[in-house]
Amino acid sequence: MNVLLNRRLSRIGLTHVRRRDWASLLYVMPALALVGVFFLAPLGMMGWMSLHRWPLIGRPRWIGFANYHAIWFDVGFWNALSFTVLYTVAVTIGLMIAGFALALLVEKPRPGVGFYRMAYFLPVVIGFASASLLWSWLSNVDAGLFSRLAQLLGFTQGRVNFLASYGTAFWSVIIMVIWKLAGFYMVIIMSGLQSIPADYYEAARIDRANVLQRFRFITMPLVRRPVALALILCISGSMLAFDQFYIILAGGPQNQTMTAVYWIFNQSFVSFRLGYGAALSVVLLAILLVISAAQLWLLRDREDLR
Amino acid sequence: MSTTIGQRLHLRTTARVQAAPRRWPLHRVLFHVTCVIVAVLFLAPIVITVLASFRAAGEAGTPPLPPWPVQGFTSASYARLDALGTGVLHDAANSFMVALGTSVLTVFVATLAGYGFSRFRMPGKAMIFGLILATMMIPFQSLLTPLFLILIKLGLQNSLIGLVLIYATVQLPFSVFMMRNAFDTVPKEIEEAARLDGLDGLRLLLHVMTPLVMPGIVSVGLFAFLYSWNEFLAALVFLSDQDKYTLPVLMMVVQSGRFGSIDWGAVQAGVTLMMIPCILLFLCLQRYYIRGLTAGSVK
Repeated sequence: MNVLLNRRLSRIGLTHVRRRDWASLLYVMPALALVGVFFLAPLGMMGWMSLHRWPLIGRPRWIGFANYHAIWFDVGFWNALSFTVLYTVAVTIGLMIAGFALALLVEKPRPGVGFYRMAYFLPVVIGFASASLLWSWLSNVDAGLFSRLAQLLGFTQGRVNFLASYGTAFWSVIIMVIWKLAGFYMVIIMSGLQSIPADYYEAARIDRANVLQRFRFITMPLVRRPVALALILCISGSMLAFDQFYIILAGGPQNQTMTAVYWIFNQSFVSFRLGYGAALSVVLLAILLVISAAQLWLLRDREDLR
Repeated sequence: MSTTIGQRLHLRTTARVQAAPRRWPLHRVLFHVTCVIVAVLFLAPIVITVLASFRAAGEAGTPPLPPWPVQGFTSASYARLDALGTGVLHDAANSFMVALGTSVLTVFVATLAGYGFSRFRMPGKAMIFGLILATMMIPFQSLLTPLFLILIKLGLQNSLIGLVLIYATVQLPFSVFMMRNAFDTVPKEIEEAARLDGLDGLRLLLHVMTPLVMPGIVSVGLFAFLYSWNEFLAALVFLSDQDKYTLPVLMMVVQSGRFGSIDWGAVQAGVTLMMIPCILLFLCLQRYYIRGLTAGSVK
């Protein structure tokens, strides 16, 4: 039917498939223009800039690979990068556990479960900047909630400024991010849990598999894909962390919570060493691409292992 | 398969439990107690901030115990916030214009491209589509430095239009992908019937196809709005005049105490203003939000 119709249409010249080939490019032109000007051009320019000393005012000067040479000895950058990796590891472990726990809690349809899911998801939709501002108030030693609460509950003697020392400041931000994003990973993992057919569990029950065995041999292998996806999103997002450390901690105490993006931001837009900032960006980008490639390779679908 | 996942994923569950819950066995009580405690933990920071923003000036700088205004509800914090800088309403309008502009531009560009990719055999199609998706692999945070120079060259530094163009580019891969899938689900016969009726080109797209992919358009617009309403880093880098600030940048300045001593009441009020539109949009358009989330991830 469809074939016949198509043939008839093409005879009267109504399917312009051939003739339209080039004209149809017009549909994607606006998208291509945006990608060209705001993605490809800056990408190429970043490489070019990284080979120059590029001040905000005055002429850029070609210096070859001197910026990259300087990065090698830039202790501040490597400290920031290793802090970013530490943060990524901590927050990823935290988010995976929290997301999995929430997903298991509210996975099955029961009365009231819709409200619970919505409540856990709500912090996801407010922005990172709002969440960070809110947290900076709640963690403030004089006006906030946490230090007062800790004092009242007898955990601390007197008011303690949790943002003043590295350890408590770090964990304060980690808790904020888990609060803000756990709902997102809950939804992703829940989609995996719910796509497992109930028959599998029934079959396993008939075979006398206990709860742990069912979790290990049915749930775990079958949620592998959504968990892999969650891991990729979480790691690549955390490596770019900026808002929360800039707003809550301003990189402090003693610049110990400076992240990689924050360091680049400082070099480019506070010191206006644009060429050096570009070189740092190239290095960060290379590291991110290596991490992505490694993850895709590690988490690739290995049918033979299933 | 993916549609059933999508349907099941609605945060609001449609399944009804049949027997009326007359008995409350222990495991059910435990389940609800756990869920409610966790829900309180997740909602508390938001609720406390909203309530605290209505406290009087004397209370605003004290710990929120209790979080509600003891001396009665007042909008004094909002008034003080509006007196800082160029006024919070001005900056909220900036934020709104950027968010709306980004949504409109993203929907326009992504609908055209999605239709093109779904329906036509254009030269170099796979390569162009791959290029647009590849922009996802390279986060825009790593392109800030050259983007800064490009905006200066285009005369768009310190301008809301420059911000809209960047945000739209960031949203593009997800949006084009989403719209192509939306058009793929529309049967070819509908288009052919419209062609026989004499509709063609953009008129066909606007009058026949667009209504059929409305759910996709709403998702794309919603994500673009929320993203650009909340974005902080690019706004911080590219906006230098106080009268161009968007809400997140204004609130960062308020919170860092650059207007003198930190007014925590003003911070609570500003955060409330930033959160409320996101929460309302999410609650109203939950279905489209989750659809976008799963389309962006499961496939």
